[in-house]
Amino acid sequence: MHGFANPARFLRIARWLMPLCLGAGIVIALAALGWGLFFAPAERLQGETVRIVYLHVPAAWLGMAGWSGIAIASFTELVWRHPLAGIAARACAVPGAVFTVVCLVTGSLWGRPAWGTWWVWDGRLTSMLVLLFLYFGWMALSQASEASDGAGTRAPAIFGLVGAVNIPIIHYSVIWWNSQHQPPSITTGGSAMSGAFLWPLLIAMTGFTLIFAGVVLARMRAILAHQQAEARLRRKALAQAG
Amino acid sequence: MAIKAKHQRLVLLGVAMVVLIGAAILAIWALRNQASYFYVPREIVASPPEASRAVRLGGMVEQGSIRTLPDGVSIAFVVEDKEARVPVTFRGIVPSLFVEGSGVVAEGHMGSDGTFVADNLLAKHDENYVPREMKDMTGEELQQAMAEGK
Repeated sequence: MHGFANPARFLRIARWLMPLCLGAGIVIALAALGWGLFFAPAERLQGETVRIVYLHVPAAWLGMAGWSGIAIASFTELVWRHPLAGIAARACAVPGAVFTVVCLVTGSLWGRPAWGTWWVWDGRLTSMLVLLFLYFGWMALSQASEASDGAGTRAPAIFGLVGAVNIPIIHYSVIWWNSQHQPPSITTGGSAMSGAFLWPLLIAMTGFTLIFAGVVLARMRAILAHQQAEARLRRKALAQAG
Repeated sequence: MAIKAKHQRLVLLGVAMVVLIGAAILAIWALRNQASYFYVPREIVASPPEASRAVRLGGMVEQGSIRTLPDGVSIAFVVEDKEARVPVTFRGIVPSLFVEGSGVVAEGHMGSDGTFVADNLLAKHDENYVPREMKDMTGEELQQAMAEGK
């Protein structure tokens, strides 16, 4: 892992990995959405509205994966003081929050025809909304810690670990408690979803995950570049003062 | 020396995580009843809520139980689980996924005669996603088709 501790080495890899992830992700996600929206069958009871699943489920997965990324980076930051960990956490926050919003919006649009309501306060919907607020809180804290000039990434890292408690709660909310939202269709024991829906869904999840990875790499590069520029300006100012 | 500090942080953080997860489990344990979105028929039958209390009832709509009442705009049906069944009346427009043998969440209160009076119906769909072409298959045929990965 410390092989990547050198930001220069990380940048060399990210330079070609980022466009690869983004490009492949966009192609795969578009293909899967095209398959899902135009070629996959309508569902027995839900009819055509089921097609929103190809956006809703990848968004939900990435909303949760984003915070998992923040949590893993936070742990790495706190224990090993890895120089890229804090940057990786900051890079995960915005795309994670965006996908959480997409999940909540598509879920609401789906709930109206499927359940007969835009929103209910059941365990799944509430814990997912809590995740969005956690993202907002984390971004505010991260920005404040950064502004306090090097006082650190420690506070956001602790927040990132504490907030990770919500991730299993989101996942198990539909199993532990009676809820409006149905239990998971895809489990380690198999799929309650017919292959006609499952395959385009899995491919869409792959595509959006690659897009997510590409965005995180791009943001990490941008944050590193920003830090380098700031350091250079500081050195210049010092040289002039001296 | 540096390695020692690293290990110290790892142990400290490990202990903190265990405490955090323990606290979360305690909180979830305390919430295990309150966080449920509805009561199932078994719970309603075992301890019927007072008529004044707004509650939600969730379960499966019993096969062959939906009928229109004489006033023409109300319906009556039965919500069941494996152990109990509760008769329900509802006046209004039902969601399109409200069908017999499927899940429903009814918001309302218990009437004096043991019938649940619903003000609002929400359809609940289950985790099974089945293409329209397979809708006439029986349960066994469906499971077989799913196993074959269609």
